Amino acid sequence: MTAQVDTERPVVIASGDQLKAKRLPTWAPVAVAAAAIVLAAGLVMGTGWGGPVLTGVVAAVLFIVGLGVAGGVVEGRRAGSNRVATTLIYSAFLLALAPLLSVAFVLVTKGFERLDGNFLGTSMKNISAFDANGGAYHAIIGTLEQAGIATLITVPLGIAGAIYIVEYGRGFLANAIRFFVDVMTGIPSIVAGLFILSFWVFVVTPIFNDGRPGYSGFAAALALSVLMLPTVVRSTEEMLRLVPGALREGAYALGIPKWKTIMKIVLPTAGPGIVTGCMLAVARAAGETAPVLLVAGGNPAINFSPFSDNQSSLSLYVFEQAGVASQYAPARAWAAALTLVVIVLTLTVLAKLLARRNKLAR
Amino acid sequence: MAKRIEAHGVTAFYSSFKAIDSINMTIEPKSVTALIGPSGCGKSTFLRSINRMHEVLPGARNEGKLLIDGQNVYDNDVDVTAVRRMIGMVFQRPNPFPTMSIYDNVISGLRLNGVRKKSTLDDAVEKALRGANLWNEVKDRLPRPGAGLSGGQQQRLCIARAIAVEPQVLLMDEPCSALDPISTLKIEDLISELKNRFTIVIVTHNMQQAARVSDRTGFFSIDQTGDPGRLIEYDDTSKIFTNPSEKKTEDYITGRFG
Ligand SMILES: Nc1ncnc2c1ncn2[C@@H]1O[C@H](COP(=O)(O)OP(=O)(O)OP(=O)(O)O)[C@@H](O)[C@H]1O
Ligand SMILES: [Mg+2]
Repeated sequence: MTAQVDTERPVVIASGDQLKAKRLPTWAPVAVAAAAIVLAAGLVMGTGWGGPVLTGVVAAVLFIVGLGVAGGVVEGRRAGSNRVATTLIYSAFLLALAPLLSVAFVLVTKGFERLDGNFLGTSMKNISAFDANGGAYHAIIGTLEQAGIATLITVPLGIAGAIYIVEYGRGFLANAIRFFVDVMTGIPSIVAGLFILSFWVFVVTPIFNDGRPGYSGFAAALALSVLMLPTVVRSTEEMLRLVPGALREGAYALGIPKWKTIMKIVLPTAGPGIVTGCMLAVARAAGETAPVLLVAGGNPAINFSPFSDNQSSLSLYVFEQAGVASQYAPARAWAAALTLVVIVLTLTVLAKLLARRNKLAR
Repeated sequence: MAKRIEAHGVTAFYSSFKAIDSINMTIEPKSVTALIGPSGCGKSTFLRSINRMHEVLPGARNEGKLLIDGQNVYDNDVDVTAVRRMIGMVFQRPNPFPTMSIYDNVISGLRLNGVRKKSTLDDAVEKALRGANLWNEVKDRLPRPGAGLSGGQQQRLCIARAIAVEPQVLLMDEPCSALDPISTLKIEDLISELKNRFTIVIVTHNMQQAARVSDRTGFFSIDQTGDPGRLIEYDDTSKIFTNPSEKKTEDYITGRFG
């Protein structure tokens, strides 16, 4: 053996015949964490620089530095930096989780105050913002109908468009469609609302409506469709592109026509991903306020028909209730927000389960 | 019902690149023909030109005439799906449909071409799986996913899928290149059996395999990279491997080139 083994940096490359390296004991991170917290508390609280938040930050920094140094000394430099990197990644995860958890926590605690049968079963008809009680039944109906119609319009259209782009489109037309879909992605929701307002509400509906503009839930669904379509097309397109060409060729080689290959082989393979993309679009649409305000107008009473008269929606309801200076309104806004989140969450879970059902048991 | 294949000046392009030039060969019914040659000489391209699979790739096209029992498959009024139903294909890498069970994989060609009757399908599954030497291994787990089989089993599943539609010609592109010797032997046995019913064309890099399974052998080669591949020699397998007429063929099979 002639190679010089560097004793301070063991086994970084194949530097010798030594394969084992010293490891920190498993309790070491806990010990370092405890030491960091004590030290930070002493430093921050003891000297009166700050409170618990600063203590936490200082403790975290001390923990990373301490664990990195301890790892570096005992285990070698690569293992030491590995520990630092691992810690940083976990901290980033916790940091990203913090806002999500705090939003969910606030939403649930404040939302539950008014979330009861009365809230879910009544509308705001004859109830002003300054009265107690009142509910979001009319808004729930509005959201379900508007998002539902928008989904019925965009999902078939979007998937068909994506199939055209990926499976059939060659050259100019496919590129043009992809470009305009990209442009559509960037449309602010208020612009989509204005488009439907000026086109559908002020120009098309008056023809059938004695010249009066027709605000309706359907108009809101159209505006939401404008917003959902690009998301559905792009996500479906990405999923279809992920389906290996070998599967298509395998089907062609059996004499299966192209359209059947797409329907029975390609779409099922890409199915779960397509469902996820569609649900993202639905969730976005269900949370839009501006277009609904513009073209459905809002309505405190229950209106089951999406085709005639004004309708409300949950997000619009939240917007209205959050904006008035009444002691009762904020609780209604929180409850409606919680309802909206629960509805979107439930739909997402249901859709995922449905997409999974076709999958074979492994 | 096996068919005779005649290639007359079959040429294939990938956009402007000419991959094979003017291939002429006649493949007799109920025979096994092996295609050998160095990598990139156009064996796969020629194979895919037989069932019009070549043109699936964007920009790819064929010239010349390819007759199946006298009918030119390149004619404009030919139905591509009919051609592919008549000429089955097994690919180099197994490609079972991932969303389908073993059962559904085998009958996918029948079902997606409109066969509905349960008893017909059940019979076809058993027959095809027995034909592919896979029945005993999978008969108890037909509803399980096809992608859950081993590589060799998946390849035999793909063979079963291809023979389930009762094609008259079977094209195989290096069907054993990812398989262990036992699976390879099974597939070679299978080829010898299938020969009684189908015309078989197989691409292989394994000389012994070509010598073992084939009746006739075609040697493809290119002069240098960028040139199109050509059919250098096409003769009885025994002649090619013992007494080839071309110097190039001899160099290749004795390992002096390629
Ligand atoms: N999709 C493609 N696009 C462009 N050129 C291609 C494509 N596929 C193959 N080629 C080219 O066509 C020529 C023939 O390729 P082919 O796949 O037929 O070779 P092969 O004889 O099957 O080789 P191998 O033994 O490695 O499978 C090669 O020069 C290759 O680079
Ligand atoms: Mg090949």
